[in-house]
This record gives sequence, structure tokens and C-alpha cells, in this order.
Amino acid sequence: MVQGITGREGEFHTRASLAYGTKVVAGTRPGKGGQMAIDGQVPIFDTVAGAVAETGANTSIIFIPATGAPDAILEAVDAGIKTVVCITEGIPALDMIPVVEAVRLAGVRLIGPNCPGATSPGKAKVGIIPASVHKPGHVGVVSRSGTLTYEAVQAMTDAGLGQSTCVGIGGDPIIGTTFLDVLRLFHDDPETEAIVMIGEIGGSAEEEAAAYAAEHLRGVPMAAFIAGRTAPPGRRMGHAGAIISGGSGTAADKIAALEAAGVRVADSPTQLPRLLREAGYKG
Amino acid sequence: MKIQEADAKSLLRAQGLPVPGWELARTPSQVREAAQRLFDAGARQVVIKAQVLVGGRGKAGGVKLASSPQEAFEVGGRILGMDIKGITVRKVIVARAVDIVKEYYLGAIVDRASRRIVLMASAEGGVEIEEVARTNPGAIHRVAAHPELGLLPFQARSLGLAIGLRDSLLSQFVSIAAGLYATMKANDADLVEVNPLGIVEEAGPHGDASRRLLCLDAKITLDDSGLARHPKLEEMRDLDEEDPTDAAARKLGINFIHLEGTIGCMVNGAGLAMTTMDLVKHYGGEPANFLDVGGGARHDVVCGAMELILADPNVKAVLVNIFGGITRGDEVAAGIVEASRSQSRTVPMVVRIVGTNAEEAARLLREASLETADSLDEAAEKAVAMVKGAAR
Repeated sequence: MVQGITGREGEFHTRASLAYGTKVVAGTRPGKGGQMAIDGQVPIFDTVAGAVAETGANTSIIFIPATGAPDAILEAVDAGIKTVVCITEGIPALDMIPVVEAVRLAGVRLIGPNCPGATSPGKAKVGIIPASVHKPGHVGVVSRSGTLTYEAVQAMTDAGLGQSTCVGIGGDPIIGTTFLDVLRLFHDDPETEAIVMIGEIGGSAEEEAAAYAAEHLRGVPMAAFIAGRTAPPGRRMGHAGAIISGGSGTAADKIAALEAAGVRVADSPTQLPRLLREAGYKG
Repeated sequence: MKIQEADAKSLLRAQGLPVPGWELARTPSQVREAAQRLFDAGARQVVIKAQVLVGGRGKAGGVKLASSPQEAFEVGGRILGMDIKGITVRKVIVARAVDIVKEYYLGAIVDRASRRIVLMASAEGGVEIEEVARTNPGAIHRVAAHPELGLLPFQARSLGLAIGLRDSLLSQFVSIAAGLYATMKANDADLVEVNPLGIVEEAGPHGDASRRLLCLDAKITLDDSGLARHPKLEEMRDLDEEDPTDAAARKLGINFIHLEGTIGCMVNGAGLAMTTMDLVKHYGGEPANFLDVGGGARHDVVCGAMELILADPNVKAVLVNIFGGITRGDEVAAGIVEASRSQSRTVPMVVRIVGTNAEEAARLLREASLETADSLDEAAEKAVAMVKGAAR
């Protein structure tokens, strides 16, 4: 289901998801319950609870502006939705702290906010990654960026490497699903045989992912790209993220951590398919 | 958004934190007058501190003591106008110098890993905390505030105990830590730092010395996403220290950072913008800027962004890299074509547009005879070649 289905983005991307074959069964827009959206294809409900009761929706994608998005996430959790994808950008970090905690306690999977969502090529698309970049296959892709994800996925598709699932986890400081979470899911996913990870400077999520890869993904062909090698220090990454992890956060640190874990790191997203093959991926 | 020490101290005071007074001065005469008032009130020395938004001002000579109003005038004259890491000092604060017995560090940050507000304290205060994190990470103690209940007294107490505070100083520390947390929440800050938090010896009313904790310096950065609901904080934006393009970029709603190179970049998405810069460098060029036009950019924004890029006289070539998703390629192409027709000077340009409505974009670019590229690598190589061609 789609929260905010009548908005410009909500409507545009609902159409794209339907065209991709995703089962979109409901949308919400308080006050318009009972009407239909997307040329009569999707029923509108006033509340998420109403939509769940009527349609059995188990996944929600949120296109609600930043002021209402945290509430929209909590409404979805309260209604029993199991997977929530929040596309919204610009949510203040402090608003998200209690929200991710409530999500965690409820055992719900939140992807985002400020993310492009997830696509399992050939199956379903819950997000805004353009369908045209994908090809079904067995490489799991996880990324912190939006358009850079498209770039990397396109490079894979151009080289004939299809994807099992692509997940954009979002670039905000406080997010529901981390690299580590997605790597664990890929590890347990029988359809994922190789992994591509797209990171950026700041924070220490890539280092944590590298530590996990070193321990659990040694046998899995893996390649990575880290954006921001040439970014001026201090302008984007502030020093707060760096202190807490004892000085990490630069591209050089992240690349070193990944290489030490046996992950090949590309100079350009277009090198990713070659590096995966060098790592032994035959797909 | 970074704010100046004086503004940060005001925000701490608004939460009831013990911050000694200060005066802001923009001229040496104002420094002398402010110092005179402090000496009249019984100060033995005053401290004059440059107000700049970069770290390391002490090392750069931007913090000095003075023992008389005349000396304050002279010191003020030396600091005002001084260059600290490329920033010209335009204002200083003047404050009573205090007798510091010991310096601590106390900071609160939004921590990505624990997804909570984390408070950090160290008995190694007064030096850059990054340095402590590098050389002696064990000296930094941390607690993560409860996501709903906030910083609990026992957490603040354990932090104070860990850095060796006892008795009255410990209870002062607990309320200061609570105040830091409150400052963060009240202003949507993502960093609040007091360094040093000093034990200061003061003469009591009967001539006996007493010790208390004071916030002697303050640093706050605000979450840009929270600014909209704090209109008063927008007034703390220091236009003195902004690159002139910053305000123009804000008006356009784009993210622009001016750099030193010769290849202007226009990209959608921060990660892809950084990658484009990385590839320019990889192929032997230097990016002139970071520019993220954001999602769904319309052609007028594209035009405005192009003007910003070309306003930099160092720019010798422009690289446009758009991967359409929410952003429509034809909309960007129309903006590029319009900008290339009206641009004040002729700069070679390579445009790469893929994704949503890329075919229509390609047609528009072809009709305008603009140089295009299929891949990001090709676009970066072409832009670098254009700059080298221009240099020949």
C-alpha cells in the first residue's frame, strides 16, 4: 500500500510500481477514504488500519512530507504493517530517534527515510529506483545513495549481471535499516550469490559492514564502491560522526577496512562487474 | 548549520547552563570599551577570542589575554582582520579571564550507530577531542540517552564519576549534562560541545575560595532539516563567513560547495555528485564544485545552477551528469540548452543524461549541438580533455 497516494510523487511512483507488476492494493489520504486513485485501480482509505483490515496489505511505502512522515511510519507500525519504506527526505534527525526505537520494538522492518526503496527485479518494486536499470539475477546490491545506486545497478545490468534485490538504505543519520542488516538478509537469501555495496564518506556503517563481511561473507564474491574520496573534509561529514568511532569516516578508512575484509573496491561504479567476476562470481 | 561561539553560548544560557558573560566587539575601540567595563567590575585579566566557524583558532593566535584596556585594544587590533584558515576575523568576544583549575570535555551528538543522542565526556579537556579520540580513545566516556525518556540522571552521574568528579562538582555536572541534552532538543542541534568545561576557582563573598563548573567555550551545529521550525535560529547564520554562492544556492534549493578546481559539475544526488568529482580527479582533472541539483529539478533551477558554476572564473569546462529517476532528463536538458544560449562566456560542456526521458533529452541536446557522453567515465574523460585543450 501507498501512504500519500494522491500526492504528485505518490501517484507517479504508484503507477510505475503497478506497471512493474507490484501488487499495490491500497492507498491512504485522510478525508478521501472510499474514493479510487490511479484511474480507478487502487482504493483509497482514510487510515492505514482501515486499509490493512480491508486488503491485508503487509508493506507500505510513504510519500508524505517531512513534517508528517514520522507519524505516518508510526501509523503503519500500529496498523500491523511489517515492512515500511519511507522515501521522504528532510526529516529532522531528532524526530527519527524515538521512531526507529518504536519500529525496533514492534519488530517491523523500516527502510529509510530519505531512500530510494527496494526492488527485487522481475518480482516487485517498492520504491523509486527506475525499473529500466534492472535485470533479474543473483547479485544483491545495497547502497546509501539514490542516483548512485541507479548508476551502479545500470553498470551491472549493462555487463549482463542481474540482481536478486537492490536496497537503498538512505543517507540520513538516523535510518531504520543499515548495511549490516541488509548484508545479514543477503547472507540468508538463497537467491543472492554475490554482493555489491555502495557506501559514502561519514559515519562508520561501512566499517561495521566490513567487519561482518570478514567474518560471515568470506566465501561470497563481493565488490564495493565508496563515494567521496576527493570530498573536502569537514564540509559534509562534520566531525561528530568521526569522533564516536574513534576517527573513522574517511573514504580511505572505509576502503582499507573493506579490502582487509576481502572485499574488492572499485575506482568507478563501472568497474564493479569486473571486480565481481575477479572475485569468482560466474553469474 | 554552524553557529558562532557567542550564539552557541546564548543557546546554552537559555537552558540555564552556567556560562560566564561576554561582549561582542567588531573594532579595537569596542574591544577596549568592553575590557574597561570588565576591569571596572573587578577583572584582573580579560580574554579576547576570534569568532570564526573553523577549529584551531587558539593555535592560529586568535585567542589572547590582556591585562589592561589599552592592551585589550592592541590585542583586539591584531586579532580583528587576522586570517584563520582562509576566514577573515570580523568580530571577537571579550570576557573576564577566569582561574581554571582543571579542564574537561563534554559533548552531545546524534550518533548514527546507536541511533540515539550520545553524551561524551573526557577528563582531557581543552584540546581537540578528535586528537583525544586518536591518541587516547579510552579517555572518552560515553552514554546513550534513552530514545524517549532522554538523558537519565544515573547516566549523567556515571559519566561525571567516570571523569573523576565528586560531591558538589558531580551534581553540577549532572545538571550541566542535562542542560546540554535540553539544548540539543530545544534547537534541533546535531552537535553541542562544551570544551573546556572548566573547574573555576572564585573568591566567595567572605574571601574564601570556592570551586564550580563553568561552560567556558561552546560549539553547536544545527540540523538543517530542523531549521524550518526554528525561524529565530536562521538569524544566527553568519553571512560574514559564507561564500557568496552559498546564499544563491540556498535560494535555488540546491546543494553547492565551491572548490578550487577547473571543472564545474552539475549532478543530481549527493552520492553521485561526489562520485562525479572522484572520477574527474581519477582522470586527472580537478572539480570546481560539488553541486547536487536535488530530485525533480526543473529547468529554471538547472539554469540558475549553471549560472552559479560559470560565475567561478576558474571554471574551464562543465560536466553535467544526470541519472533521471524522479528527475526528468528532458527537463534538465531544456535547462542546459537555455543556459548554454544565454551564458555570459563560452565554456565547453559535456552532458550525460540517462534514465527517465533520456531519449527526449538526447534529442534536445543534439539539436543544440551540445557534446554528450554515454557513461560517467566517458563524461569525466571528455571534461578533463576539454580543460587540457583549453590550456594548450
